[in-house]
Amino acid sequence: MSTYAQKRGFGATLWDYLTTVDHKKIAILYFIAGGFFFVLGGIEAMIIRIQLAIPNNDFVSAGFYNEILTMHGTTMIFLAAMPLLFGFMNAIMPLQIGARDVAFPFVNALGFWLFFFGGTFLNLSWFLGGAPDAGWTSYASLSLASEGHGIDFYVLGLQISGFGTLMGGINFLVTIINMRAPGMTYMRMPLFTWTTFVASSLILFAFPPLTVSIFMLMFDRLFGSNFFVTAAGGNTIIWEHFFWIFGHPEVYILILPAFGIFSEIIPVFARKRLFGYSSMVFATVLIGFLGFMVWAHHMFTVGLGPIANAIFAVATMAIAVPTGIKIFNWLFTAWGGSVSFTTPMHYALAFIPSFLMGGVTGVMLAVAAADYQYHDTYFVVAHFHYVIVGGVVFAVLGGLQFYWPKMFGTMLNETLGKITFWLFFAGFHLTFFIQHFLGLWGMPRRIYTFLPGQGYELSNLVSTIGALLMAVATVVLVINIIITVKKNERIGNDPWGDGRTLEWAIPSPAPFYNFKQLPLVRGLDPYWIEKMEGKKGMTPAEPLGDIHMPNSSIIPFIMSFGLFVSAFGVMYRLDYAWGLPVLIIGLVITFGSMLARSLKDDHGFHIHKEDLIDDDNEKGVKA
Amino acid sequence: MHAEEKMTYEKWPAAPEKQTLEAKNKFLGFWFFLGGETVLFASLFATYLALKDRVPSADHALAKDLFEMPLVFLMTMILLTSSLTSVYAMYHMKNFDFKKMQLWLGITVLLGFAFLGLEIYEFNHYVHEFHHTFTSSAFSSAFYTLVGFHGAHVTFGLAWIIALMVRNARRGLDLYNAPKFYVASLYWHFIDVVWVFIFTVVYLMGMVG
Amino acid sequence: MVNTQTNSGNPETDLKYRRKKNAEEMRHQVISFALMIVFTLIAFLAVGYEGFSAWFAVPFILVLAVVQVGFQLYYFMHMSHKGHEAPALFMYSGVLVAFLTIICFLTIIWW
Repeated sequence: MSTYAQKRGFGATLWDYLTTVDHKKIAILYFIAGGFFFVLGGIEAMIIRIQLAIPNNDFVSAGFYNEILTMHGTTMIFLAAMPLLFGFMNAIMPLQIGARDVAFPFVNALGFWLFFFGGTFLNLSWFLGGAPDAGWTSYASLSLASEGHGIDFYVLGLQISGFGTLMGGINFLVTIINMRAPGMTYMRMPLFTWTTFVASSLILFAFPPLTVSIFMLMFDRLFGSNFFVTAAGGNTIIWEHFFWIFGHPEVYILILPAFGIFSEIIPVFARKRLFGYSSMVFATVLIGFLGFMVWAHHMFTVGLGPIANAIFAVATMAIAVPTGIKIFNWLFTAWGGSVSFTTPMHYALAFIPSFLMGGVTGVMLAVAAADYQYHDTYFVVAHFHYVIVGGVVFAVLGGLQFYWPKMFGTMLNETLGKITFWLFFAGFHLTFFIQHFLGLWGMPRRIYTFLPGQGYELSNLVSTIGALLMAVATVVLVINIIITVKKNERIGNDPWGDGRTLEWAIPSPAPFYNFKQLPLVRGLDPYWIEKMEGKKGMTPAEPLGDIHMPNSSIIPFIMSFGLFVSAFGVMYRLDYAWGLPVLIIGLVITFGSMLARSLKDDHGFHIHKEDLIDDDNEKGVKA
Repeated sequence: MHAEEKMTYEKWPAAPEKQTLEAKNKFLGFWFFLGGETVLFASLFATYLALKDRVPSADHALAKDLFEMPLVFLMTMILLTSSLTSVYAMYHMKNFDFKKMQLWLGITVLLGFAFLGLEIYEFNHYVHEFHHTFTSSAFSSAFYTLVGFHGAHVTFGLAWIIALMVRNARRGLDLYNAPKFYVASLYWHFIDVVWVFIFTVVYLMGMVG
Repeated sequence: MVNTQTNSGNPETDLKYRRKKNAEEMRHQVISFALMIVFTLIAFLAVGYEGFSAWFAVPFILVLAVVQVGFQLYYFMHMSHKGHEAPALFMYSGVLVAFLTIICFLTIIWW
């Protein structure tokens, strides 16, 4: 009798999730937290759109609008999009390469809790004297002048969650390099694994500049240093450079995994292998490489000089080449295939033209001379929402529908899924297409209201109606999830029927050790290969044996909590007498748990062969 | 091969730091971390170079007024030597000689403390002799942040190595802790790598003017 | 199970061979340490010596620093050994990003 199969109460389940080091459960945590922040950011977006629906609106005040706008951007990028993608990486990538777990299960949990506490800290600003209000870019000249603690919440919250992201990135890199199943060569890895790999390397090199610049902003605001204080010799452009040295790779960190998800969806529902696999890999790596040489295209109007602007303009346009390769490969994959129009496939097919439009406006913005016209107008807002919503959010929604069965063992309702899709698709284009023109007509971004009689009224109203449709779509999605969870109809290994990669060869949801026996990989799309030869599952690469598993631990939670506590201490150090002690207590908690972790040997445990055989006999064993 | 297995000299493998999967993961993950640290310190160096000698008024001390060669030379020699002693420790680790490894690690730690003491003396000297404090100018902020980050790394490295030495003093070497020692020594070398650039870019180039 | 990576069938010979190899490597380490000390001395002397202009001294000591760091990485940190391909790739990628950052901060930051 296996000991892991008992029914548990709520408390035990909660404790299980607080202490888990299982990548599949951490994925679920990422989805819950990321989904919560996604809804929060969505509500903030709705407030923005309601405020701008009619001219001279006073739904919110100018100051509050700035806070809402800042928090919408910050939340969506750092606390919704990235964690949701990390959820997919955790849930799927180890299964795709045939691994039993990630390389550092403990660090994986730590990464999640750091993100969670960082995000919570940032959002507590709403209740503690006001949120940050200098935009998600938080340019130093503005953020140093911002009163109250809003920007301090931004700085400390992002610092904490940034550490978590960095750890996650290293973890995925090592997992992919060291833990692939026998036969899974680099050029047999599924595209989602490849994009995870490249995105993780971008995280590794893009987050340290953010860490440094956030430290400097923190020092300037809370410790009296002078990095950005011009009067003392400081230089405010330093912040902008660092922010974009981080910020531009960041958008590729977001979009590459989205590309990966679509590269998985399209072949499955076109029932053809991915067209031009090696060129896809090449394009992914090239985009990652070029992503580091284009940051100054966000700063064309700063006045870096014509030579710098020209170099960065050309480098930016060059990125259109590998992206174009990808677009054509997706088209050719679907071309001539026997396409089944499932919900995920809807998202995939809608993504191609939507994202393409974002790409085209991207090349327009890359023309440095023309950018002086577009800069800081709604044209830019339209552009980045086309790439981020049309790319990343479509991928998250499509991927959720696609991978839901693998994560939870049930199918989301297809009809409701398609209703969500059509509402969201229509709402998205209604909201943002018109914003291109608003920008070209001269409406600046980041303003809290506009005057009547300037020709912006109708377009802004249209945009707001579109946003409402997206909100309705999200509500339908939530209803769909609730219905699906309630019904709880279990499904088999390969619910879509045409799964190509390893994750579809194992039960849904995967048992907590993933693979009873590591599979032997004989080519690209290994499960498809076996199916084509009439086999039911993968050929094992090893005899059935004991499986080594890591122990659960509460330490990641405590360690992150310590940083959360110390962040309050740093911030209120000068305001209240208790600030400094709280700072010290928080650091003692963090470093103490770090010490506890390294002093206590943790060898993990073994699942014995006999229990694995037992699992076969009693179906429906809960992980 | 189980990591916690009791080891003997005969059974000790040629590359004890990479024997188990956990060890291989740790080894690779730590190198990647160092890749990220490279960018982190590069960002600090870049900031320092951009803000070097940027001061609010003419009576503020500049790089060429501050730095003194003998002190920096001494610090450099101490840290370089500590790099060699930690190599010796790893040499004995590979030969399964736990006592000698601990001895050399102990010497490394002492040298590290000596370096740290000199750094504290140095900062104190700048503050009191030149009024070159963290808040006095953009130059001083950048200087203390760059060198201070390095100092914080030294401090963390010392705490780490001491924790490892104390923890394993009774149990000796096995395949579970060998990778931990190895990775800690990598960290120590990386600290030295950063220092090579600090003494060159900050101190020597600062004295050149 | 143990020592599977050795060549001869005799574990004692292998151990001896390994010990010798380790000792030889340690000799190389000491030599590279000596060279590093020499480079450091030259760098300090180059700066201390009045005859060199900054235009010579600065690039010169930077080259010395790079060589020294090469010694650290390849000998002290064993990057010359096998199995360091992925670390090397990521270290060099890090160096590239580092280089870009520093070049940027030396050229297109306002003064």
